[in-house]
Amino acid sequence: MAKELTNMNENKTYKRRTILKALAGIPVLGFFAYETLRKLDFDRNKKSIVIKELGLDDLKAPEVISGAEGKKGDLLRVGFIGFGNRANQLSNSLGFMHPDQIKSREKNGTLAEWLEQEDLNVAVTGICDVFDLHAERGLATAANEVRPGGNSGQNLPAKRYKSYQDLLNDKDIDAVIVATPDHHHAHITSEAVKAGKHVYCEKSICRTEEELYEVYDTVRNSDRVFQLGHQITQNVIFQQAKEIIKRDILGKITLVETTTNRNTASGAWIRHLDSDGNLKPGDENSIDWLQWLGSGPYEPFTIDRYYNWTKFFAYDMGMLGQLFTHEFDAVNQLLRIGIPKSAVASGGIYYWKDNREIPDVLNAVFEYPEKEMTLTYSANLASSRPRGRVFNGHDANMELGGSLSITADWDSTRYAEQIKKGIIDTDGPMISISPGSGGDVDAITSATEKYYASRGLTTTNINGRRVDVTHLHIKEWLECIRNGKQTSCNIEMAFEEGVTCVMANKSYLEKRRVEWDPVNRKIV
Amino acid sequence: MKSTKTFTTFQLTTLVLLRLLIGWQILYEGISKLLIPNWSSAVFLRESQWILKGFANWIISHDGVLQVVDFLNTWGLIAIGLGLILGLFTRLAAIAGASLVFLYYLNSPPLIGLEYSLATEGNCLIFNKTLIEAVALIILVAFPTGSIIGLDIFISRFSKSKTMKEE
Repeated sequence: MAKELTNMNENKTYKRRTILKALAGIPVLGFFAYETLRKLDFDRNKKSIVIKELGLDDLKAPEVISGAEGKKGDLLRVGFIGFGNRANQLSNSLGFMHPDQIKSREKNGTLAEWLEQEDLNVAVTGICDVFDLHAERGLATAANEVRPGGNSGQNLPAKRYKSYQDLLNDKDIDAVIVATPDHHHAHITSEAVKAGKHVYCEKSICRTEEELYEVYDTVRNSDRVFQLGHQITQNVIFQQAKEIIKRDILGKITLVETTTNRNTASGAWIRHLDSDGNLKPGDENSIDWLQWLGSGPYEPFTIDRYYNWTKFFAYDMGMLGQLFTHEFDAVNQLLRIGIPKSAVASGGIYYWKDNREIPDVLNAVFEYPEKEMTLTYSANLASSRPRGRVFNGHDANMELGGSLSITADWDSTRYAEQIKKGIIDTDGPMISISPGSGGDVDAITSATEKYYASRGLTTTNINGRRVDVTHLHIKEWLECIRNGKQTSCNIEMAFEEGVTCVMANKSYLEKRRVEWDPVNRKIV
Repeated sequence: MKSTKTFTTFQLTTLVLLRLLIGWQILYEGISKLLIPNWSSAVFLRESQWILKGFANWIISHDGVLQVVDFLNTWGLIAIGLGLILGLFTRLAAIAGASLVFLYYLNSPPLIGLEYSLATEGNCLIFNKTLIEAVALIILVAFPTGSIIGLDIFISRFSKSKTMKEE
């Protein structure tokens, strides 16, 4: 009996021990769950603390457009002066596309995106280009009935004009888009405004100081609506950058660095060959060469000069006019820095040893003693290492491109406490806004998020839809024409930009430091 | 395969510890994929360099396939991790784990001449910690502990009593 009891007890203990052994994994799992929740909580807290401490919890993607709306205002009749590659893109943004391009976009699956674009209620009624081929392409584009907004857009017959003066004399054209080479921009814009047309002009606004004063005075003294072609302000990311600057997240900004980093022949404006290496079309029979040269010095026609005009100072300011203008506009829109007190630029032709006059490496420094800051532009056409556009503040720096990221400064005064506590990490960005996330603000916690944050696009994301920023820029111009409002790249902004670029160009050419005399409004 | 030997306490302790640690690591890999918004294996697959490069590209370029792979990967990791920690279907979990981890290794082995843009852990030549983990899982297949410490006890009891009855 006693033996049986002991046996039973032993059996019980054995069973209990077996069950304990079987369930040994459960406490491990409990510990795992506890630690996972703790980690989740930590990450969530870190995120919300960073966003709250910066006062960005109410910073959401602004709703610029609300999708397809009804037509606004009267039909506007638009004329194109210059119908090359850029005008082709502008016509797409305006709501017009050449039949060949429709076919190729249908093939690569990007047509639907364009068809969703808002109908701007415009008709292209005039095309002027010195090259027959370009003019014909323009006419076919204007006449194509495949239009965004369910083909509801109106197509009026478009007419070709042999000279821009003829186009400007046509009373049936309300507004013009100027997309010629740069040496025509200022003069054509002035003439257009005098003829009563509203103007959307591609950058850069001018080539020389004289051209700039002419166009500035003419546009300022008229009631016509002017917009310079810097579409970056329309990017949702950019508008959030504006808020970040307004809320002083970066601390005192004393240095803004802008760059250009390209490394291709096309990027260096060698564009006279097609993709098979053959010369592109055009000769003196099909191109009105004298009109193309304009008031510039006579040069015999060559395919090189016609397609690669950017290489020569007679037609533009090289990288300063083509690329720095965008950089300056971005900085000026954000910080309203205006015209610098002084500019120094130097560089040379170090890689592209062709017949070019413009430098392929250029560095320019602009001083703003009153704003207590320096703006730099460093450009290279023979290395594509991205160097970004960076706003350096005492507390944090902001890199602004297709996406935006803000990294706290290790020696920041404002964030010293949070950095010490480990709430803010200075190794990577503390805030990033990327187009893919619908423009919502996100604090960075993991490597994967960092990876996604580094991507950028040339379109912006509004209500989950990709929208072409040039379309928004043109739309703003048209709305200002209809409602008499001010455009974001108006003539004042264009003037500040023009002076700044001409100062740097002058400094490069004359190999000296140039200054702006604000009293006499002159470069000295 | 019938085991004739029993483990010493030391052997059993280290084997179970190995099982728990690998289980923990794999479970958290799976859970974290659930927690990262919009996580996709595409980032990893895009890096694929060696013999699986073509297969990885095929997965990425087919949205539906990619979604299935993402789902199987996340939940597969979670199931394997749970199995190893709880000692439930331990052998199956270890075999599945070894195969999956070996697949990761095959996608980006540190062979001479192959370079990756995503940062990798440590300095490795031909073999890396991913492969070591796969081999460690094979060891767990060879020396199963689930029916000594783990829920597999109940399963082996059940099957034992079944065979006894049949006898």
